[in-house]
Amino acid sequence: MARHEIRSPIPGTFYRRPAPDEPPFVEVGDAVAEGDVVALVEVMKSFHPIKADAEGTVSGFPLEDGEPVAAGMTIVELG
Amino acid sequence: MEQGLSTKRLLIANRGEIACRVIRAARELGLETVQVASEADTDSLAARLSDEVKVIGPPHPTKSYLDAGAILSAAIESGADAIHPGYGFLAENAGFADAVESAGLTFIGPSADTIRLMGDKAAARLQARDAGVPTVPGSDGVIADLDEALAVAETIGFPVMIKASAGGGGRGIRVARSAEEFRKLAPQASSEAAAAFGDDGIYVEKLIEKARHVEVQVLGDGIDVVHFYVRECSLQRRRQKVWEEAPSAALGEAARARLCASAVDLANSVSYRGAGTVEYLYDDATGNFHFIEMNTRIQVEHPVTEMICGTDLVIGMIRACAGEGLGLTQDDIVRSGHAIEVRLNAEDPASDFMPFPGIVTKLRVPEGEDVRFDHMLYDGYAVPPFYDSLLGKLIVWAPDRPRAIARLASALEGLEIEGLPTTAPLFSALADSADVQANAVHTSWMETWLAQNAKKLISQGEEAA
Repeated sequence: MARHEIRSPIPGTFYRRPAPDEPPFVEVGDAVAEGDVVALVEVMKSFHPIKADAEGTVSGFPLEDGEPVAAGMTIVELG
Repeated sequence: MEQGLSTKRLLIANRGEIACRVIRAARELGLETVQVASEADTDSLAARLSDEVKVIGPPHPTKSYLDAGAILSAAIESGADAIHPGYGFLAENAGFADAVESAGLTFIGPSADTIRLMGDKAAARLQARDAGVPTVPGSDGVIADLDEALAVAETIGFPVMIKASAGGGGRGIRVARSAEEFRKLAPQASSEAAAAFGDDGIYVEKLIEKARHVEVQVLGDGIDVVHFYVRECSLQRRRQKVWEEAPSAALGEAARARLCASAVDLANSVSYRGAGTVEYLYDDATGNFHFIEMNTRIQVEHPVTEMICGTDLVIGMIRACAGEGLGLTQDDIVRSGHAIEVRLNAEDPASDFMPFPGIVTKLRVPEGEDVRFDHMLYDGYAVPPFYDSLLGKLIVWAPDRPRAIARLASALEGLEIEGLPTTAPLFSALADSADVQANAVHTSWMETWLAQNAKKLISQGEEAA
């Protein structure tokens, strides 16, 4: 059970990387601080960075890179 | 006696308002329609209107509307004999046009060679120059190295634009105001172009400040070309058009005639087939116009031309590409009055035009003579977040420009889209602007106006909410 779930405030397409040929923002086991960018959500052809709203260690990603995301859906789990 | 078209069943390789528009034209021609849909679009208005729907893949455009193979398979499986590409997606993809024709189907657009030529913006510039069309002073095609580029920039004088040859539509442009800036920006522009378009070719053009954007609508059948006069699209935000008019009130008769003739010359030089638009910058200060690019498809703003010429361009392009000819001569095309189109986007003008998909909880379409609303909406429709934010276009016609602006303002009052923010408040405010009413605008006018009128948009947004 995740101790904290970072959710997307907007619907769109979920991306773990800033660009297709760049490494992911964060991986499982990485420590994140509040305010760190953990993902991008593309909505209507514009890209919005999603920031961590708590600190913790990344424990999982419920979605695959490039999958659709609904507003309010968890995109990063912190352990 | 009129014979039916050789084409019987048209597949629409697009979505949104343009798909609905093409279905309407197809129906008028007596064609059956096949609408392709991503998994997110099975309940779209286009899907509801079409005779048949083929699901072609997941929501993301790269897996559906940009998947040429999936679209071609859908066409063959559904027995379509022609494909209309709309605008965007695969509309200007030469490889797709080739594949459609190789499969023995009719592509409702120009030949793949024409798409390829006009898609290479540096090559298109040379084609225009050779056809006698005035171009913006700049390099002869793609520039080989930084020293050559800088020499060109210094000859034409700063400020200059550095453009990606594979760009177009306002994408891949940088402005350098000095040699120093140019040295810094040119290599960046080249590597960005390589990343964005897979082609690092760049070219240089003089930046004409305070210019208007004007464009000529053409239609060809591969033999003859006619024009449908001029549109003006100077009101832009981030180089994207938001409000379009026909005709351009800024042009006198002599300039209009020269502009239209040059567009026909360019289209004739490539034996153009289908609907196309030749775009220019018009410099009020000198009275000169300069070619920017040619778009080889139907454009978003085509309805303003239809309103002043009393024609249906989508029907015209389907007939011309299906081998039925133009069915008219230049003398048959008469314009009258003034038309304005505004783009209703699912964006919140009160929060820096943040895109905002949602569910349409109420829809009221303005009614009245000479008011048209081309759209993709219905009560209860959930606007998906995966595509561009254009919901529809409100178009009005009146005998002259002042009355067209007044009619636009009242039509906007009669339009209600609830459940999500739209750009409607922006257009009410623009219709009220003295500069817009006096047509004292240019392509960067609106950015300045927005900066000065942000508060007005916020208060209007709250009133509307």
